[in-house]
This record gives sequence, structure tokens and C-alpha cells, in this order.
Amino acid sequence: MRSVATNLVICSLVILMSISCGGDDQSSELQDTFNRKAMLQDWSDLMIIPAFDSYLDQVVALRDRKNDFYNGGTLAGLEAMRSAYLSAYREWHAVSIFDIGEAEAVGLRNFTNIFPSNIEEINNNIESSDYNLALPSNFDAQGYPALDYLLYGQGLDDLALLSRLQEENYKTYINDLIDRLYDLTNGVVTNWENGYRDAFVENDGSSATASVDKLVNDFLFYYEKFLRAGKIGIPAGIFSGTPIATSAEIPYADIYSKEFFLLGLSAVEDFFNGVSYDNSTVGTSLKQYLEHIANENQSENIAPLINAQFQSARILASDLNPSLQQQVLDDNSKMLLTYDELQKAVVLMKVDMLQALNIQVDFVDADGD
Amino acid sequence: MRMETDLNSYIVSYINSKTKAAPLVVFRILFGLVMCFSMIRFWLNGWIEELYINPSFLFKYDGFEWVQVLGNGTYLLFFICGLSALFVAIGFKYRIAITVFFLSFLYIELLDKTNYLNHYYFISVVSFILIWLPAHCNSSIDSSRNPIIKASYISRWQIDILKLMLAIVYIYAGLAKLNYDWMIRAMPLTIWLPTKVHIPIIGALLDQKWMHYAFSWGGAIYDLSIVFFLLWKRTRGAAFMLVIMFHVLTAVLFPIGMFPYIMIFSTLIFFSSSLHANVLQSISRALPSALVYIDNGKSYMSKNNKLFLIFLGVFMMFQVALPLRYLTHDGNVFWHERGYRYAWRVMLMEKTGYANFRIVDTVSQKRFYVRNDDFLTARQEKEMATQPDFILQYAKYLGKHFSSQGHKNLAVYVESYVSLNGRKSQPFVNPEVNLINVDYTTLCNNFLIPLDE
Repeated sequence: MRSVATNLVICSLVILMSISCGGDDQSSELQDTFNRKAMLQDWSDLMIIPAFDSYLDQVVALRDRKNDFYNGGTLAGLEAMRSAYLSAYREWHAVSIFDIGEAEAVGLRNFTNIFPSNIEEINNNIESSDYNLALPSNFDAQGYPALDYLLYGQGLDDLALLSRLQEENYKTYINDLIDRLYDLTNGVVTNWENGYRDAFVENDGSSATASVDKLVNDFLFYYEKFLRAGKIGIPAGIFSGTPIATSAEIPYADIYSKEFFLLGLSAVEDFFNGVSYDNSTVGTSLKQYLEHIANENQSENIAPLINAQFQSARILASDLNPSLQQQVLDDNSKMLLTYDELQKAVVLMKVDMLQALNIQVDFVDADGD
Repeated sequence: MRMETDLNSYIVSYINSKTKAAPLVVFRILFGLVMCFSMIRFWLNGWIEELYINPSFLFKYDGFEWVQVLGNGTYLLFFICGLSALFVAIGFKYRIAITVFFLSFLYIELLDKTNYLNHYYFISVVSFILIWLPAHCNSSIDSSRNPIIKASYISRWQIDILKLMLAIVYIYAGLAKLNYDWMIRAMPLTIWLPTKVHIPIIGALLDQKWMHYAFSWGGAIYDLSIVFFLLWKRTRGAAFMLVIMFHVLTAVLFPIGMFPYIMIFSTLIFFSSSLHANVLQSISRALPSALVYIDNGKSYMSKNNKLFLIFLGVFMMFQVALPLRYLTHDGNVFWHERGYRYAWRVMLMEKTGYANFRIVDTVSQKRFYVRNDDFLTARQEKEMATQPDFILQYAKYLGKHFSSQGHKNLAVYVESYVSLNGRKSQPFVNPEVNLINVDYTTLCNNFLIPLDE
């Protein structure tokens, strides 16, 4: 019997040894291992960094048009500034998901796109000239929603608005808002360029603090909170019982709200499917990861089901008014139908996908058993 | 008649048989040190705040709703718990220290079901047993101050009871693995291991199907047999090496905290009492004089010995019976989780869930959905979504919360989906049942939708 136990130990040691020595010569057989690091590389190099670069360009353009406007004070200058504002706001949707690293540290999204904005707070800030935009209490007094109010929502005709915006207090506030967008974004881009990219890719393990787990959580958080709830659910009254049309995104230039929802949905689809920012290639993605796992385990591949759900949400949204605010007022049931399709994807992603990929949802890296 | 007498005399002689106290003394010292370290680690990781102080709602155990977080006093509670563990280690006011440790540790565990872990339960049970054992009879401040209790021999059962407890843990953990998912589908290791391919040396193999089976079967065989190999002298050394290898491997692969180390030091109890005594004596020069192990040849005397034996005997029967209570419930225990806890089901399943609560005003038919993160932490939401008793408890809390906001005639429904061990997600709780009316102890049959295997 001693020999049995000794054999057991020897066997285990042999297995361990062969494992440790076998790494190299067996690598050809191990091609089917899904490479989390390759996915992180593609996420950062094909999507996140190009998207942030391009977004920063748009913010710079917005700042330039704003400076032009204040130098010239013309209606054409106002129009150019508004158009640069819309371009930057559109481009924001390509980066909003990536709330990781510096973006997470500085709270980029909270300072960029919290809506509905607090009009009273904005007016107070402008009147008193006494405000600190870095405070969380000012989340809803800055960013694109505040600019939507200032550029579209003051109930003035263009000429009156032209002179209003050139009042010293307004000028300072708009300068501050746009400078802040620039500073925060520039900080994030600089961080990605100076070392964060490599740190992000190297953190390729599997734990609550690993890059894959963190970014997938960010992705799901964006999908649930900002796309599903923020853009559709909250205005449709899902969480309140009664619709709240005024809580829709971009309520003053409201004809863009459906477009913004679709931009958010596209960003979600592109991330899931690994479509590069410039649409030129397809990189390693969650979709491929799910395919790999389904193949390995001979289980059902849920990636097509998730894509089908995105697709049916898009189809139902095509029936919506360009102004979601108007849609809520006219026929909220169509908003609810779109919401239901978005909701079905939540179950597929938060239950089936997280289980298949073994992604931790718990940000506290505490013990389990 | 003859056999009965034999048995009786065997029992009597077993109860009276003595052995060196050293293994129990070593166990006491290591238990105290590791527990003290665990408390410090918990504190430094910021978990006191994150797990106990920050959440606005805590999942209470039935009958222990009165256990409350003490605000910043919770830090004091952890301090007391850690300090008493240190006192246990050095054997200072041992009976009081181990009782305080048991009570404070239990109180912490009772604060929130979310944080239930088998190894916390193990610590609670072992510290309870230790209250009734003379683990301070040597190498302790108590015994150096009070020579009357100083002894180098104790009753044999006072060491065997800890072996029995370990046997219960391992064997039930092994039996729990003998199910279709673990043995035939190699689940959930098939889900867990491939995400560990970045680990050096063995990582490259963790994506291989045969490895998932090797780990599953190896784990089951290990759990079922290790106690027997540890009990038998001739295999003990090799078995202990296996214990170290197995638990270090699990520590590398899974985020299970202190558990591997607790099991490694606990299994030392299986080694012979003379070996423990020799080790204690050989390190005595490094110890302060109060803690030196002295072989004075005396036996520990206590008039309570028999009483404690009977009491602990009943307690151990209870420990043997408790894990079996799931047998009284139909259906898959991994799905309904009735009788799942306190049964040594360790690292046994991957369960992911999503629960979307709908509040309905039954008069106006007005309805809305709940944002769970208004009430729960991510960790709580994760645990809640897969465990029926959590879902029910939370639903009732939501009912009360929204009623107090002025809503009347409320009904609470949940749309919930759970994926178990790689199966596609399935509806979990019956979405047609108003959860406010459900009583968990007398569950109506249609509360859970059975697992479609």
C-alpha cells in the first residue's frame, strides 16, 4: 500500500513536470486556445485608441469653431459651432463604452453626458460666475446636455441667442464647458498613448480586476444603463410607471435623439463583433470568443442570438420618430416595444455570455468558494 | 451478549484512553495565528467597508434579523475577533478567548448571507468545538501561570473529534462531486479552467478537455479518499504532500482566499502526537518561556470531560446529518438550493442569473421595474439572482420599501433567468407569482420553474 501512495505522488509529480516541460513542443496542438491578450490588443488598437483619437479631433474642432464664433460673432459662426457640437456629440458615442483607465479615473462620462441637465443649476452658475465644474453636483450642469440647452434650448430666436451667448457670463461658461470637454478627453488620449495601452493588454488574466472582465462589465453597464435605460427606458417610464418625455437625450435639438440611440446601438454591435473603428477589419471579439467556447463544449453558440436581438431592436427603432421625446408623447407603446427587444439581449449577455466566458461581475475581488 | 460486552468495554477504554496533547496544542496555535491573519487581511483589503458598511440592505438569516451592522463599530468587532484569535494562539485566557472568537466571528457571518462561504462555516464549527477542548493545557500563558492545568496528556477523543470534523468536510465534499455535471460533463471546471491559460507552467494545458476531466475526477477521488490515506500511518507522509499540492493548486487557480491554507494546517492534526511533541520541543528555544512545551507526564483533569464528550458527540451527529437534509426536497439541489448550504458543496457549480423585479399597483395596474443597484451592491445582486431565498427576501423588502413610499396594493413579480453549469439560461422563478404572498418555509410548488436538464 505504501507503493500505491508513493505512486500517486510520483504520478502527480510526473504530470506536473510534463506540464511544465511540455509548454513549448506542444504549442502547435494548442492553437485552439482562445487568446484573451489578442482580443485586448484588437480592442485597444483597432477600436478604443482610434475612436478616442477621432473623438479628440472632433472636440478640438468644436473648440476651434467656438473660438471662431467668439471672434466673429456672426450667425454663420453660431451655425458652424452648432454643427461642430453635433459632430462631437455624435462621435462621443464611439467612446462612451470605454469607461476604463483614465476615463474611469476622471469620470469622463459623468462630466460629458449626464442628462436630463439641470437648467436651474446651469443658470445659477452663469449668473453667479461661481462654480466648480469638477464637483459631482455639477455633473448635470455641463457636457453636451448643458450645451444642448445653451445652444438650442433658451427659447430665443437666432438673433436674440446670438447676443445672449456673447454676454460675458455666457461666454465664460461656454468656454469653460468646452475647455473641460477638451481637457478631460485629452487626458484620456494621452494616457492611452503613454503606457496605459500596454498595461491594459498585459492585464490579460481572469479576475474581477483583469482587463477583459473590467471592459466587458463596462460594456454591459453602458448597454444596460446608458443605452437601454438612459436613451429608451427612462423616458418611456419603465422605472417610474409614467413616461417622462423630458428625460430623453438631447431634449432641445430633439430631432437627433433617435440618431444618437442608433449610434449607441452601433457602438455596442461593433464592440461585440470586433468591427474596427474605421470599419476596415474585424478583430478578435466577444463574438469569436463565444464561438470558440461553444465549439469547445459542443454547446449552443449564443452570439447569433445576441446579434439577432440587436437587429430586432434596430428594426423596431426604425419605426420611431426621430425625436424620441415626441415619440413618447405620441405613442409610448412603440418605445416600450423597442425596450423589450433591448431587454432580451440583457439576459443573453448578462447570464449566458458571462457564464460562458466566466466573467466576474463582482467588482469586489473578495473570496469565493 | 458477549459481543455487546466487547463493544462496551471497547468504548469505555476508548473514552479513557490518553494521548499526547501536542497535536491539539499545535492546532490551537496555528488556528489562532491564521485567524488573526485572516482578520487583518480582511480589514486591509477594505472588505469591512465594502461588504458590511456600504450596503444599504443586508440579506439576513432566518431568525437572525436582529443581527445588525454596528456602523464604524464593525471595525471594533473585527478588532475583537482578531485579538481573541491572537489570545487563542498564545493560550491567554483561552476559554474566554475562543468563546469570544466564536461569538464575534459568528456575528460577522450572520450579518449578510451574501458573504456565506463554506470555509467561514468551517471556522465557525471548528471554533465552537475548540471551546470544549483543553487546547491551552500546554505551550500557553494560561498553563504557565496556572500549573494545575498544565498537562502533556489529554483524552484521545479530544484530538479525534477534529479529525472527524475534517473527515466530514472532505467526504461530503467528495460525495457532492458525484453528480452528472461534475463527473460526466466536467462542469463547471470546463468553464473555469480555460480562463486560466495565462498562468505560468500549467496554463497552456488548462484549455484541454482531458484536463477538465482529470481535475474533476482527481478532485472527487482526492476528497473521498484523502482522509483514509491520512489516517493510515504508512501513507500519511505521501498523503500530506498531496494535500499541499492539491490545495496550493486550487489557491493558484481560484480566488478562494485563506481556505487552502486552513485545510493544509488543519490536516497536520493527523500526524502522530509524538511527532507534534518533538516539533514543539525542538522549536522551544525560539519561544518565550511561557510558551515552551513541557512534557510533565500529567493528564489533563476536568470533571466536565464526560459531559463535554456527550455534548460534542451529539453536536457531531448533527454535523453528519445536516448535509443530508437536501434529500427531503425534490428536484435538483443546484437549482433550488434547498439544503445547499452547510453541506460542504465547495467550488461545485457555476450559476449566473439575472432578476428583473416588476412592481405592480394591483388597483390602477400601473407598473414599473426596479433598478437593483439602487438597493444592492454588485456582489449582492449576483448572489441574489441565483438563490431563491434571496430573491424572495429581496422581493419582500421591495414591497415594504415601495409601500412606504405611498404605493398601495402592491404586488411584486420577478422575471428571472439562470444559467447553470453552461446550460442555456432558463426561466427561474415563476413570473406569475406575486412574491409578497410566498412563504419560503412552506413554498408553494409553482414558485420555482424546475430545471430543464
